[in-house]
Amino acid sequence: MSVTESATASATVGENLLEMRGITKSFFGVTVLDDVDIDCRPGEVHALLGENGAGKSTLMKILSGAHQPDGGTILLDGEEVSFGHPRDAQAKGVSIMYQEFNLLPERTVAQNIYLGREPHRGPIVDQGAMERSTAELLATLDAAGSIRPGSVVRNLSVAQQQTVEIAKALSFRSKILVMDEPTAALSPHEVVSLFERVRLLRARGVGILYISHRLGEIFEIAQRVTVLKDGRRVGTLDVAATTPRQLVRMMVGRELDHYFPPHAVPAEIGQTRLVVHGGGVAGKLHDIDLTVRTGEIVGIGGLAGSGRTELAQALFGVRPFDAGTVELDGKPIRIRSPRQAVRRRMGFVTEDRKVEGLVLLLSVRDNSLLALRSLGSWLRRGAGGPVSIRDLLRSLDLRGAGLDQEVRYLSGGNQQKVVLAKWLASQAQVLIFDEPTRGIDVGAKAGIHELMRELARAGGAILMISSELPELVGMSDRILVMREGAIAGELASDASEDAIMLLATGEHDTVSVA
Amino acid sequence: MTAPRMALPGGPPGAWARALRTGLGSANAAPVYLVLLVIFVVSWVIVGLAGGSFLTVENVTSVLVRSVALGIVSAGQTLVILAGSLDLSVAYVISVAAVVSSVIMNGDPGRIVIAVVVVLGIGVAVGLTNGLLVTKLRVNPFIATLGVALVLRGLLNAAFDNFAGKVAPQFETLGYGGIGPLPWSVILLVVTVLAVWWLLRSTPFGHHLYAVGGGEETARLSGVRSHRVIIGAHILCSLAAVLTGLFLVSRIRSGAPWIGPDGGYDLESIAAVVVGGTALTGGRGGVWGTLAGVLILAVLDNLFNQLQFNSFLKDVVRGVIIIAAVAIYAQRQRRMSR
Repeated sequence: MSVTESATASATVGENLLEMRGITKSFFGVTVLDDVDIDCRPGEVHALLGENGAGKSTLMKILSGAHQPDGGTILLDGEEVSFGHPRDAQAKGVSIMYQEFNLLPERTVAQNIYLGREPHRGPIVDQGAMERSTAELLATLDAAGSIRPGSVVRNLSVAQQQTVEIAKALSFRSKILVMDEPTAALSPHEVVSLFERVRLLRARGVGILYISHRLGEIFEIAQRVTVLKDGRRVGTLDVAATTPRQLVRMMVGRELDHYFPPHAVPAEIGQTRLVVHGGGVAGKLHDIDLTVRTGEIVGIGGLAGSGRTELAQALFGVRPFDAGTVELDGKPIRIRSPRQAVRRRMGFVTEDRKVEGLVLLLSVRDNSLLALRSLGSWLRRGAGGPVSIRDLLRSLDLRGAGLDQEVRYLSGGNQQKVVLAKWLASQAQVLIFDEPTRGIDVGAKAGIHELMRELARAGGAILMISSELPELVGMSDRILVMREGAIAGELASDASEDAIMLLATGEHDTVSVA
Repeated sequence: MTAPRMALPGGPPGAWARALRTGLGSANAAPVYLVLLVIFVVSWVIVGLAGGSFLTVENVTSVLVRSVALGIVSAGQTLVILAGSLDLSVAYVISVAAVVSSVIMNGDPGRIVIAVVVVLGIGVAVGLTNGLLVTKLRVNPFIATLGVALVLRGLLNAAFDNFAGKVAPQFETLGYGGIGPLPWSVILLVVTVLAVWWLLRSTPFGHHLYAVGGGEETARLSGVRSHRVIIGAHILCSLAAVLTGLFLVSRIRSGAPWIGPDGGYDLESIAAVVVGGTALTGGRGGVWGTLAGVLILAVLDNLFNQLQFNSFLKDVVRGVIIIAAVAIYAQRQRRMSR
């Protein structure tokens, strides 16, 4: 591809805050990074794009000192550095915000921010100074009003915890900040305030390396973008001079024309499968009315904390409804536990696949058989006739993953396919997806979307929770928007993203909010 | 912080609030003291009805002195458990400290210092071994410290059958003397608990201990040298066991290899820590809770003794109470996480 070198050449060596040259790394003989270059200028957001397994996280772990490279050099302000421990990188002004938050839930905000370098007078930690400088840090992020230095992190919201992560990164007086998928767990309006903070950092001359799967964000916040594929650098481009289509092509090595499969046509939608009347869970949900029919995908939108996951959990019996009625195929049912839901041919693809969806130490085969086996008695291996797991997984296109491989070694996309296989094996007819493509790269995403649509066509009834508005609009045949534990409204499949946000935030009721 | 603060005399503003938040009234210790209070009052009433004496200076002192040995070793155990580790070797470290100090002293007051120095050195060595096994060789703490316990047991039993040596008469002051009505041993316990509390609350080591136990990878990625922290906790734990051994030998007057294991200090100290509300997985809890756990066990002991309970039945009731306490914390924790 010829797009590559021209853009990189425009950066002269002197103005770079950071340069990584020829970085090579292999684990157990498998090359994960092969001669990768990347640089970052002061006040720049440089996006790092690539499918899962492309090597982004490894590259950033090398930069932050968590891994050591096998070859290559790192230059900071033109001076060669080597980091043997995260401590060394922090001392030189390089800090990283991991995708999975690295905060201790039982400790306070201040204790987390100054962990490992508590200010002290003699042998005593100066708690007053620690809380004061934490308060100052939070103030520079416009967060002093909402987060107190003495609050225990467990009691903070996800967005607040992320603000604490940013404050922690800033407390190192970082020149380079790595953000690994910072928006993965945020609702759209939280993303807006995150971006404001990123712009604040840019204005102060901090160089930011920004990893994301969401192309839209890259065009909104980044100046340059480097694409990695299979451990190699495909190219570095100015964001202003590229298009999402070009980036996708660079990432997956092919064009993805049909990003979303077509919606269901009316003839494909059949009889009513699942009905909820006046469903409620004390303190979480109230007055839930919804219907899902055969062949359709019903999207559920809303802000984080609006009760979407709680609704899915109530339907699946994790934390059952304590008010209202549920009907399945016209018959009233009561689901008090996930086991009862599984027996009624329901499936739940959870938000956190590593904890709730998969047993990471078990093989692909054993994971796909989990639900099916739980249906059988101890002698019979599961109800519902024989299912060939081999054929099932072949149809899911688990590129390269063997049946006996432990699922922890699989990419995010393949892991999600194994979760799906689990429910396909148990012949689930009503499927609930909670953030089905979170943390999954573009190529695998399209695969998951395609599978969801096929399941609907094959007579499945699907509920899909999503925080990604394009996914919600692109996949759903109808969209229910939740707000404060209730369904705020229903929109058709051609709804605009604005209409969803208005319903989700409730701003059309309270006009006074600017 | 933007919230208005009350200016209190005797400290910078906010210091009091902070002390309350992170000190005695830490989230987990409060319910343990409630349980202690209930058990104390119930015991008082029962013993009173049975015609015994409970709330007298003699009886309370006896409860406290009975708590000293378990209290000191449990304070050390709290440190390793907070770090996400465990120490099953404490019982034999207690025996080693008792026997070795008694043999070295052999009744000579001039050798008290050398005896104490030697056993403290042994404590450091055992703690270091435990810590290195757990961190550098990545041996599960349960197995590592169990192995060290077996090694110590073998060495002890090979060298000593029963009482060996004799402590110096002056050394017995630790076990029997005191200032006025306050025994030295109780002072030793209080000082140990205060020291551990201060260590956890106010020093970087203490902060790192909570961090390593709550999330070792998080701590490492934040620049904490987690191995050093875990090794340090093990050394302090073994030192606490040595102190316990010194206290016990000062009371028995001569060391014997069965002192530690017969007292059941390995499992009882873990039970006291857990009853005190510290999470066995590490990262949450504190030494004040442990002290309450020790006192709960001691008050129960006292109650059973006064009622002349069958000792087997005693174990049954203690077992039930330990399980009940931990079940209550688990329920509380679940409610809080909802």
